Amino acid sequence: MLKLTRYILYDIVRSKIVIAYTLFLLTVSFSMFRMEENSGKALLSLLNIILIVLPLISLVFSTIHYYNSYEFIELMLSQPMSRTRIIIAEYAGVTVSLLAAFLIGAGIPVLIFSPTDTGITMILTGLALTMIFTSLAFAVSVKARDKARGIGSVLLVWFYFALIYDGLILLILFGFSDYPLEKVTLALSFLNPLDLGRIFIMLKMDVSALMGYTGALYKDFFGSTAGMALVTSVMLLWIIIPVWVAVRYFKKKDL
Amino acid sequence: MIRIEHISKRFKKLRALDDINAIFNSGQVVSLIGPNGSGKTTLIKSILGMIKADSGKIFVNNIQINGDPSYRSNIGYMPQIGRYPDNMKIGQLFTMMKDIRNAKDRVLDEELLKKYELEKIFEKPMRTLSGGTRQKVSAALAFLFNPDILILDEPTAGLDPLSSEILKEKIIAEKKKNKLILITSHILSDLEEFTTHVMYMQEGKLIFLKEAETLQEETGEIKISKAIARIMKGEQPGNNWIDKVFHVSAGDKII
Repeated sequence: MLKLTRYILYDIVRSKIVIAYTLFLLTVSFSMFRMEENSGKALLSLLNIILIVLPLISLVFSTIHYYNSYEFIELMLSQPMSRTRIIIAEYAGVTVSLLAAFLIGAGIPVLIFSPTDTGITMILTGLALTMIFTSLAFAVSVKARDKARGIGSVLLVWFYFALIYDGLILLILFGFSDYPLEKVTLALSFLNPLDLGRIFIMLKMDVSALMGYTGALYKDFFGSTAGMALVTSVMLLWIIIPVWVAVRYFKKKDL
Repeated sequence: MIRIEHISKRFKKLRALDDINAIFNSGQVVSLIGPNGSGKTTLIKSILGMIKADSGKIFVNNIQINGDPSYRSNIGYMPQIGRYPDNMKIGQLFTMMKDIRNAKDRVLDEELLKKYELEKIFEKPMRTLSGGTRQKVSAALAFLFNPDILILDEPTAGLDPLSSEILKEKIIAEKKKNKLILITSHILSDLEEFTTHVMYMQEGKLIFLKEAETLQEETGEIKISKAIARIMKGEQPGNNWIDKVFHVSAGDKII
């Protein structure tokens, strides 16, 4: 499997998209840290950009890669190679390249300019989000029949997590504003890895005071060891379940 | 070597394979013929495990195929349309295949590689190759690992006469080594020299699987292509592909 992943990685590096993504992240991070005097503020601005761009790139790139390597997958299928191995190797190849891009593009600048607890939390969250959205992309693209459908569905996924979900939450919050909703919002944030990541980093930044009573509750929850463990396992589930779904579909698929 | 029991496959409304039963043994060269869409490629892909049949069993070397891909190390497959990773060079493709198959302890058969002079163009990327050169690459790959079973889907389509002749010689040589060779082709005259068995399919059904000699005796024709044509004409009307091709009845309007 490692052999296969190596060839896939090689192919990805040759396509240069990942390199462009790395350069983009580098430019954004350096300019943010240069513009802002306060590294905390710079980190916050960087966070907002990353939370929009990272899922989009992970989703779209993984999907395009999957459809472009269709020939490769077909070739491998005629060899003594199990389907699970092939799809996991594909996933590993894409994830590793995107993780490396994020580590170089955003990780290094953050470690240089803001090597704090918050900075490291942000890097870890970024890495987790990369894995989550790559695995979501695989689940969608294995299921979708052709490239156009695949990319369309993946964009819908992005819209949902980046924009629509927050709208829905606001709707719920306003609709039921007469009731105590702190615990409900906490539970709802588990349903969106982006929100989870955002809250997680915000709390490290000590801006939670701005979030009022809910912020205090969040701080109380995410600050505890149990809370941390829960967040980590929810993030892991967000990675594992879509990959598992992708493997299941892929095993039954006619190629 | 290959035993097929009651294989059926549906693509939505289309019955691609309808209760196919067949046995192929070593030393045979089986010509799979039939009109377009008669299920030849579907049958081949089911043997390779690329398409999962709805019902029925396939045994390769007395082991039923279900998930375990190791049986494919005995099969060399040449696809109808060979599609390969675009960014890869021909040389890299061969290195990769050897690497993935752990070919060190196997005797490699590089005859076609040499005869087609592919080594001269090892530096060419796959995306720049013409259809015919791709066919040559596919053929060289199929024979490379010296498999006991060869499955060739339209091997001579797109090859120039000289290359086609080289391939035919190779098939005859492999036949003498007591291998099982499965070929589909529309160019019946190409199959003439080496066919031992003829399998005729139509609309997903197996019409007959006969020895070439029996076929010749039954029809009194020496040429297999003519024998098949005669068999077809003897069948009840409406079940006859060759007749349909040549027959334009007076009532038909040509628009």
